[in-house]
Amino acid sequence: MQMPVPNPQVLARKAAIVARLRAVLPSDGVIDDPTETRAYECDALSAYRCAPLAVVLPRTTAEVAAALRVCHQEGVPVVPRGAGTSLAGGSMPSEDAVVLGIARMNRVLEVDLANRFVRVEAGRTNLAVTGAVEGDGFFYAPDPSSQLACAIAGNIAMNSGGAHCLKYGVTTNNLLGVTLVTMAGEVIEIGGPFADAAGLDLLGVICGSEGQLGVVTEATLRILPRPEGARPVLIGFDANEVAGACVADIIRAGVLPVAIEFMDRPCIRATEAFAHAGYPDCEALLIVEVEGAEAEIAEQLGLIRQIAARHDPVEFREAQSEDEAKKIWLGRKSAFGAMGQINDYMCLDGTIPVSALPRVLRRIGELSAAAGLDVGNVFHAGDGNMHPLILYNANTPGDLERAERLGADILKLCVEVGGCLTGEHGVGIEKRDLMGVQFAPEDMEAQMRVKDVFDPRWLLNPAKVFPLAVSAGRRG
Amino acid sequence: MRPETEAQLAEAIRDAAGPIRVVGGDTRPVGRIAGVPALETGALRGVVLYEPAALTLVVRAGTTLAEVEAVLAAEGQRLPFEPMRWGSVLGTAGESTIGGVVAANVSGPRRVQAGACRDSLIGVRFVDGTGAVVKNGGRVMKNVTGYDLVKLMAGSWGTLGVLTELAFKVLPKAPAEVTLVLPDLGAGAAVAALSAALGSPYDVTGAGWMPGVGAVVRVEGLNDSVTYRAGKLAALLARFGEVREERAGSPALWQSLGEAAPLKSQTGDLWRFSLKPSEAPGVIARLAGPVVLDWGGGLIWAVVPEGCDARTLAAPFSGHATWMRGPGAGAFAPEAAPVVALSAGLRARFDPRGILNPGRMG
Ligand SMILES: Cc1cc2nc3c(=O)[nH]c(=O)nc-3n(C[C@H](O)[C@H](O)[C@H](O)COP(=O)(O)OP(=O)(O)OC[C@H]3O[C@@H](n4cnc5c(N)ncnc54)[C@H](O)[C@@H]3O)c2cc1C
Repeated sequence: MQMPVPNPQVLARKAAIVARLRAVLPSDGVIDDPTETRAYECDALSAYRCAPLAVVLPRTTAEVAAALRVCHQEGVPVVPRGAGTSLAGGSMPSEDAVVLGIARMNRVLEVDLANRFVRVEAGRTNLAVTGAVEGDGFFYAPDPSSQLACAIAGNIAMNSGGAHCLKYGVTTNNLLGVTLVTMAGEVIEIGGPFADAAGLDLLGVICGSEGQLGVVTEATLRILPRPEGARPVLIGFDANEVAGACVADIIRAGVLPVAIEFMDRPCIRATEAFAHAGYPDCEALLIVEVEGAEAEIAEQLGLIRQIAARHDPVEFREAQSEDEAKKIWLGRKSAFGAMGQINDYMCLDGTIPVSALPRVLRRIGELSAAAGLDVGNVFHAGDGNMHPLILYNANTPGDLERAERLGADILKLCVEVGGCLTGEHGVGIEKRDLMGVQFAPEDMEAQMRVKDVFDPRWLLNPAKVFPLAVSAGRRG
Repeated sequence: MRPETEAQLAEAIRDAAGPIRVVGGDTRPVGRIAGVPALETGALRGVVLYEPAALTLVVRAGTTLAEVEAVLAAEGQRLPFEPMRWGSVLGTAGESTIGGVVAANVSGPRRVQAGACRDSLIGVRFVDGTGAVVKNGGRVMKNVTGYDLVKLMAGSWGTLGVLTELAFKVLPKAPAEVTLVLPDLGAGAAVAALSAALGSPYDVTGAGWMPGVGAVVRVEGLNDSVTYRAGKLAALLARFGEVREERAGSPALWQSLGEAAPLKSQTGDLWRFSLKPSEAPGVIARLAGPVVLDWGGGLIWAVVPEGCDARTLAAPFSGHATWMRGPGAGAFAPEAAPVVALSAGLRARFDPRGILNPGRMG
């Protein structure tokens, strides 16, 4: 992975820069010992790593602003970091960068049930946001699988999604406001516990900007009353096409499940061997979850059963108890882990129009055979967000590169059928060089102008999102 | 000017000698701009792609809202955010276009459950102030590739670019709906009831208040489910006074509420407040004039005496207010200096000559 040449002046001034940071932060808030900065060398895209210049761990917005002002004056790149679970290399540093970790800022600042929002510090984990309100019957809807670990700050930066976004939307649809610190150290309140922006929707472009526009220190999030109940069904099919057609029919019928998950045969087999969830041995299966009170669940499942019956499912399994519901989800939730047991894997997340599903799965099969690498597919079928998992062996020379080439081919395929490179993981460094497949130069130019406004010197997470050649003139 | 293709539009903007007023149906003339030649989008019309099974609609910006609604209705679907027309309350005559809906980020009562216009918008094409054609987002629901200019364009009132094509996530029309009416409640007292309804697990899709009707709460969905939830809600809301059930009249009621129809014949200036719902009762009391509430009290339409500064009258509240029907200047709420600076920076880069709807947003 190509990264810009580190700024030699910054490297040369390391001691002075660290001293200046120490002067504005508490003593335990600045780390520069290489053994201690090791934990910040990479995120969950662990094939790529780099030791940063230093790491700062502020506890307040004022400390974040102070640290940024020092870095701004010194011309030091800053890489904001939440929990480091990015799968795209979003929080991977460079040698001349200061990592600004937000994890110590994790307090709940305000819970307002009447107006249905919470305000938290952005280092709080996703699950702990729900934790703060679930006793009162509320929850925070976006639920990435990494929710136990990932921070709200990272969710905002990546506009993360989850299994239930078909009904509840992704981060941007549940975010009401942020406290943002610019690279120059200015603290700005954007949005708040009310609907819509007074002027331009800056919040809308901050969400999903991958830590390139400012450091988010606090967030106002919409919370929702927890539904009375939920139940999954598992439907097995003997062909991917048939499963795909069933998804389309369910959506057409006007039932709106909260989740429709899809697994193909390679993934089902791997998962079964690993998690023993008792899945049928079939070509494709769907997990469809509906919500509501008992009678409402019955009404929706009745419809879904009718629709599925038209597609001759090899199995239709309705959870009869809490235990059986867990078992249905067990396989899906351990799919990544299961694939990881077989080999190292690379997780893609391109999105495709749902109608292109059969064609894309067929083509992925061909590409996988040609590359000699196995691919399992598990994904959010309701919204077309694919998660092809490419298996490779990191210890075999050349295997990672082969997997990356196959990954790039699959993502190009997603764009070709009308979809996109990434549905929820973000571009980071991983998909940076594929941006030109989806966007014309003017499209990228328009996006980069936004960064010009928020961070004119391009110091915040500068080597991400845009191909290096495209951003070269701006990065100075 | 009335370009017929995106290329013609781009050329018109490149060649423009001075300011342009971008016009869809001209039904939402907020923050009026006088004496500037109009650029009409009405000839850029038609459906580009509609895949009901993928819940996706792509349409040109000058297509009328009525046509979009008809195309979707033919397949039993609809725009989730229930965009309302402002024609009657603003006294404008034209046909609303979908581009205008997006430019003003117009969202109706269902916003409380299905999100705003910007939340259903998944892709845009637009021509910026230099005449460059830009696309962002796409036609799929989940997409985090690059920055989200889709959200930035929604509600930018044509000041960053002229929208040419829009992609939406659409939803099936619910087979059934029921509205509960609480006739005894005044506007201020209604807010607590609306808040209780929205805080319940019964998936409320509308919560407002109208003069002459009272507080209203809507549920939509499959038949049995709607009946069940309406029953539960009626029990929950009983402590606020009498609760009546309305089925047949429900759609008309919400159309009227969304359009703030009861305020159309009231003389005075019309304001639209977006605020924290629990602050609504205080604001309503201080405004002391006719109001319509939507979004559980998070949206107040209010009529105040002509020329009266409603923001000062209503203070304090957290949120913002737009002067919808009045003299025009200062229609949009003043923002904090750093936000103003960022917004001005964006406009300067997307429209360096400052020709697109100059002054419209203040
Ligand atoms: C096992 C596993 C499962 C996953 N499942 C999902 C899933 O279901 N859905 C999904 O969407 N993602 C998923 N992810 C990806 C990842 O968890 C998300 O991208 C998550 O939002 C990252 O959060 P984080 O706190 O770990 O961020 P980090 O990895 O620390 O950072 C991510 C990005 O955010 C920026 N950033 C961090 N903090 C700030 C801040 N304070 N201000 C501004 N920018 C900041 C960083 O610079 C970086 O670009 C998964 C990851 C793993 C490892």
